[in-house]
Amino acid sequence: MPEIKVTPLGAGQDVGRSCILVSIGGKNIMLDCGMHMGYNDDRRFPDFSYVTQNGRLTDFLDCVIISHFHLDHCGALPYMSEMVGYDGPIYMTHPTKAICPILLEDFRKITVDKKGETNFFTSQMIKDCMKKVVPLNLHQTVQVDDELEIKAYYAGHVLGAAMVHIKVGSESVVYTGDYNMTPDRHLGAAWIDKCRPDILISESTYATTIRDSKRCRERDFLKKVHESIERGGKVLIPVFALGRAQELCILLETFWERMNLKAPIYFSTGLTEKANHYYKLFITWTNQKIRKTFVQRNMFEFKHIKAFDRSYADNPGPMVVFATPGMLHAGQSLQIFKKWAGNEKNMVIMPGYCVQGTIGHKILNGQRKLEMEGRATLDVKLQVEYMSFSAHADAKGIMQLIRMAEPRNMLLVHGEAAKMEFLKGKIEQEFSIDCYMPANGETVAVKTNPSVPVDMSVNLLKREMALGGPLPDPKRPRSMHGTLIMKESSLKLVSSEQALKELALNEHQLRFTCRVALQDPHSDSETLHRIYTHLKSLLKGYTIQHLPDGTVMVESIVIKVSSSAEDANAKILLLSWSYQDEDLGSFLSSVLKK
Amino acid sequence: MAAHLKKRVYEEFSKVVQIPHEEAPAKKLRLSKPSKSAALHIDLCKATNSTDALQYLLQFARKPVEAESVEGVIRILLEHYYKENDNSVRLKIASLLGLLSKTRGFSPDCIFDDAINTLSNENSHQVLAQLLDTLLVIGTQLPESPAVRLRLTEVAYKHLSDTHFGVRNKCLQLLGGLGVVDAPLGKDSEGPSSSSAGAVREVQTIISDYFSDQDPRVRTAALKAMLQLHERGMKIHQIIYEQACRLLSDDYEQVRSAAVQMVWVLSQLYPESIVPIPSSNEEIRLVDDAFGKISHMVSDGSWMVRVQAAKTLGSMLQVSPHFLEQTLDKKLMSDLRRKRTAHERAKELFASGEFSSGRKWADDAPKEKLDTNTVSLIASGACGAFVHGLEDEMFEVRIAAVEALCQLARSSPSFAEKCLDFLVDMFNDEIEEVRLQSIHVLREISTHITLREDQLDTVLAVLEDSSRDIREALHELLCYTNVSTKECIQLALLELLKNLNKYPTDRNSVWKCLKFLGSRHPTLVLPLVPELLSTHPYFDTPEPDMDDPAYIAVLVLVFNAAKSCPTMPALFSDHTFRHYAYLRDSLSHLVPPLRLPGRKQVYSLDSVDSGAGSGSVESAQVFLQQSLHRVSTIQNLETPGAQDLLDFTIRDLQRLGELQTELAGAADFCATFLRCQLLLMKALQDKLWNTAVPLCLKQNVTATAAAQQIVEETYKLEFLYSGLESRQVATIHHVRLQAKALQLILTARTRQGVDPLVSSEKFLQEVESFQRQFLSELPHLQDSFVEKLLELMPRLSSCKPVELVKILQATLRQSGLPQLRLPERVHRATATILEPTGESDNPLRFTTGLVLALDIDATLEHVQNPQNTVKVQVLYPDGQSHVIHPKPADFRKPGPDRHRLITQVYLSHSAWTEPSQIEVRLLLAYSSASSSLPSRTKLGWSDSFDGLPPPEPAVEGTIPFSKPVKVYIMPKPARR
Repeated sequence: MPEIKVTPLGAGQDVGRSCILVSIGGKNIMLDCGMHMGYNDDRRFPDFSYVTQNGRLTDFLDCVIISHFHLDHCGALPYMSEMVGYDGPIYMTHPTKAICPILLEDFRKITVDKKGETNFFTSQMIKDCMKKVVPLNLHQTVQVDDELEIKAYYAGHVLGAAMVHIKVGSESVVYTGDYNMTPDRHLGAAWIDKCRPDILISESTYATTIRDSKRCRERDFLKKVHESIERGGKVLIPVFALGRAQELCILLETFWERMNLKAPIYFSTGLTEKANHYYKLFITWTNQKIRKTFVQRNMFEFKHIKAFDRSYADNPGPMVVFATPGMLHAGQSLQIFKKWAGNEKNMVIMPGYCVQGTIGHKILNGQRKLEMEGRATLDVKLQVEYMSFSAHADAKGIMQLIRMAEPRNMLLVHGEAAKMEFLKGKIEQEFSIDCYMPANGETVAVKTNPSVPVDMSVNLLKREMALGGPLPDPKRPRSMHGTLIMKESSLKLVSSEQALKELALNEHQLRFTCRVALQDPHSDSETLHRIYTHLKSLLKGYTIQHLPDGTVMVESIVIKVSSSAEDANAKILLLSWSYQDEDLGSFLSSVLKK
Repeated sequence: MAAHLKKRVYEEFSKVVQIPHEEAPAKKLRLSKPSKSAALHIDLCKATNSTDALQYLLQFARKPVEAESVEGVIRILLEHYYKENDNSVRLKIASLLGLLSKTRGFSPDCIFDDAINTLSNENSHQVLAQLLDTLLVIGTQLPESPAVRLRLTEVAYKHLSDTHFGVRNKCLQLLGGLGVVDAPLGKDSEGPSSSSAGAVREVQTIISDYFSDQDPRVRTAALKAMLQLHERGMKIHQIIYEQACRLLSDDYEQVRSAAVQMVWVLSQLYPESIVPIPSSNEEIRLVDDAFGKISHMVSDGSWMVRVQAAKTLGSMLQVSPHFLEQTLDKKLMSDLRRKRTAHERAKELFASGEFSSGRKWADDAPKEKLDTNTVSLIASGACGAFVHGLEDEMFEVRIAAVEALCQLARSSPSFAEKCLDFLVDMFNDEIEEVRLQSIHVLREISTHITLREDQLDTVLAVLEDSSRDIREALHELLCYTNVSTKECIQLALLELLKNLNKYPTDRNSVWKCLKFLGSRHPTLVLPLVPELLSTHPYFDTPEPDMDDPAYIAVLVLVFNAAKSCPTMPALFSDHTFRHYAYLRDSLSHLVPPLRLPGRKQVYSLDSVDSGAGSGSVESAQVFLQQSLHRVSTIQNLETPGAQDLLDFTIRDLQRLGELQTELAGAADFCATFLRCQLLLMKALQDKLWNTAVPLCLKQNVTATAAAQQIVEETYKLEFLYSGLESRQVATIHHVRLQAKALQLILTARTRQGVDPLVSSEKFLQEVESFQRQFLSELPHLQDSFVEKLLELMPRLSSCKPVELVKILQATLRQSGLPQLRLPERVHRATATILEPTGESDNPLRFTTGLVLALDIDATLEHVQNPQNTVKVQVLYPDGQSHVIHPKPADFRKPGPDRHRLITQVYLSHSAWTEPSQIEVRLLLAYSSASSSLPSRTKLGWSDSFDGLPPPEPAVEGTIPFSKPVKVYIMPKPARR
């Protein structure tokens, strides 16, 4: 039985450093190659020694596929390709290919320049790595080699995020990456066709969440910002440079436009400008509204949102500031936070997840006094709001995707074990399919039942069609006679006559004969006649002949009667049939034995 | 002479008929029937290869064929069909057959058998499919003949087992379109043929067999055929339901879409049947089951299906309420019910339950272990269908969902209550169309609901929207909303004032909104009055500025509330009473009459309506009728005092129209009509008739002017008023005829030398067309000018123009006033330009040679079809005028009989030395052709119009129907 093996090197019952190995039909594929935000040591990257102890990965992997540009999905890419060594193709979508190097470079700068780490990949390595990338288009089927093909589907989540359908022969796997089933202000919803993969590998970040309508969230968000502005307060929104930031910008921009508001909105510069540029370019990857209106005006050309300067933070009057990073642990957002924390008119809105230990996490948990470096304490008087704008599918969305794709098996990654457990139960109950949730390094093997395509000769096909009704019924399997010829690697199904001819063999007849002894006082011919009439009444719809030479023919089965010399009553029936009539023959013999 | 005239008239008509023959583009068309088909025959014989033949056929298909020659052509085509070897040519012939049999006036039964015969030895699948299509056309042309239908259904059965999907498709179409609806009939007529009897019995079963065909197109066709059977009145069996439900999970979207329709149809047919729920032993009503299944489709992969499903949901009104409510929740009903009572706000539903809602930090932190079995993610049934629909990626789906919500909410008050939050959320959609739609929907269901404070808050937040449509829709909504507390009133007032401050142009709309708000909630306004009017028990407060729109807004609210709350005026301060008197006069449509203590009310004519509104209308109606009756007593135009009576009546009617807005249209109409009569009377009374021609030239001028004016007024009468019946139109035309007669006489008299032949001819034509047009109305016009004229017609048409003029003169003077009977409802089309207001002193400056866009905002009332008739006229000081046609999209329809024109007109002019005013006004364009001629019927299968007689010369013109507004502009010379 062929198997598909899936081994998560990262993101198994965990969030971060997504890296999943799949071997399918003799091909080895690496899905995503991310880093872990939480670690600064070797655990940061996936453990590639699982694949090979020493030497390059090229020999062991057929291709690498990156689902989107978040660092926990692509952060380890240069390390893997340049430092460990991989020369094969790397597949990603066009926007991912464009934005990914910016983030990698930024990541490299922070680790090398700020933290002073050595033995890290260099800018040149990023460039070299990007040279190996093959871009993908949506719904384009790409042949990696003769047997392996991949196809990308829209996944929402961030610009350019894709789900991939990997297919070898008739076996297939779908990897979702991160995806979002509810559209937002700048991206559409994930979509996949009914491809019925053997395994669906899905993220499960929000395995236990059913979010309420996103409109409530948006309305609350806008209302809070609006109220605060009307009071004359300042609003700080810590965000990461890419992804949610753009959504919130569009949300505020359109709101400002609709409501004719005048208060300034600032966005801390840096990465954002470059990234916004790409957002403008890849309009086809955004949602319906933006795609439809970009001819009049590109939504990413913000009218109300301006670049932020350090000095603006002290300006009087209301303002809204988007600042990086998103968890208030360092950088500009923290500086602004410190300045504004003392005024209760101000507000900070945390639009996403905060890791434990960050200031964001502390204030969200209600801490009103913060200890800063140098023993200083900071009184937090401003309002703290949390609003989840994370673009992951919630439990309902995951179920919806399963319904769309109709997989035979389910595999959960990228989530917490406890929550996965819950969802796993749900999936098994609802769809009655197997669901797996391997930990890192744990291998799941799924047996598949691939169909083997066989060429069939036209003559044989036509003959079969003529036999059984006008239309083949696709729902019902049908058995037929033929000869399977295996030559080299091709399979051919032909009629037996043709096969004999092709292979220059003589036909051999195979006949079964059987004797049935019975007691009958009548003469031979009479017995035969009785059998004939009996069979005639029994087997309607068969041609039964009573031949003059003392035999009965049922189709091609011959029945003879002979009496033994000793006992005139003990008759012996001789049955003889060729092996094609095995069914009927054995049936007859069992009938006559009675 | 007259005979000559008549001949000419006829000549003109007959000439018209001949035109197509002369102008026919191709020579072949002129040939008579047999040669025409012969030409085709020759062409086809000439064709050496299939491409040529195809070319000939294509050319042939472009030209129309007369009904008589169709059969011949078809025979020729069939002949070639049998000879032809090439599939594509045969295909084309087959399609031509279908096209030809659609020719009007041709009955295809003669070619029916031939068409069927062609089927028997055809082996190309495409041609076969096309032939079946042709048969379908023929079959639909012969709806009366059961035998034909039976033959066709038999043919369809025979070919159903074809291997090509196209053939199966067409067969199913045939069955759907022609399958016998009333089974017994088929059995009687075709008894012996057992196959057909069986067939008749089981059309549905046979079609439903193809629900599981391997080709999705055939599956779709089968579903469509079944739907067609349903449309044609066949009762679909309930067994189909299960099969249709299975198709809901088909791989192909068109199948799913059709299946949704099918399920819907069945749910309407058998709403109360009981169906079992698989995997449990419960049973539910079929309509509930179908509702659940269709709800499921709202989260389908294809947006077409989603739109379809969302739309369909709206029309399933029989569904049980608890199922309905599930559509608004993502979780299972059993859970929902238990939790709901515990919570005051429906909003909090979503925060409750087992899942984190993502709205609060860390609320998904592990708590106690839940019984996971009770929570179902994809709940069987309707859960959250609308939540999904409203959040959909495609706005088409969202709009469909909003509309469906509306339909369901209208039939179920409790559901209306629940969907409120969701609709309010939609106010925040990214697409304006969706926002607008949801506001409208909320207005429609607002009779069922009372807004809570928090809901009102979110609703009111939209008041700051920069889109005017949205704001106005919201004002409209607030007019109909019920609120629960006085805080709500205060909140609404506050927000409306804010809105007024931000967008001063919304003034009228805001005031109107407050008027309704006040009259709806008098008791809630009462406790707010001191605060609103800022009165103080001890101190006198300064008198507010009377011109402040915000203050007026407050007063409108208070006065309207005071109307049904007699204790309120006691709280007013002195100046409030003064302001009341002022506003009552200046904004009488917003401020109701009040009974104020210590003040005597001035009972003028209009104040009656404070007592009994309907009664006053009736009395006004009576007055109107009486005046008309009084006028009708005038028999002779020359009776002394008749003129005075008319004068007074006209004055009365005009005043009545001003006072009683409901009768304004009718009163105006009568007044205008009478004015016409008066003018006519005066013109006829003048002495000019007796004096010699050279002397009367001067009076002639006034009479000519009068005649001209009457003609214009009659056009106004005809086109400015809606709700006229043909009788009134006849009367109007009659007056116009009189005026024309007058004109004719006058021209005859003044220009002695000129032969008035042409104009008299024209006049006679008009009389005839009048007769033709209003034949049915003639009995009502007894003793009138026209009647007399028609009596004299034979004489008229044969006499000389001079004689004619004399006769006309006599009849005109003898004829009495035609009676005017008032139709039920007459409305005068009116337009008010709201913007530009014409008050601005700042000239709009622009560079010459470039354009200035001027925003125009106007309301139109009682205008039918404004997209075609309403135009904007711009009049420059130098006498230049431009007429601009607004785009159809610029007209909105906020209510019945009301339109709103919001458009931009582009102005441009050469340089001026100083700013000056231009006039902008609205025109109502009319064309006599549009009203008098019945709509043309379409001709034949070709779309050529050459054969039509040219329409009678239509009089086109425009009527200004709004007050002109002056705009100050200043084109500056361009700097070089």
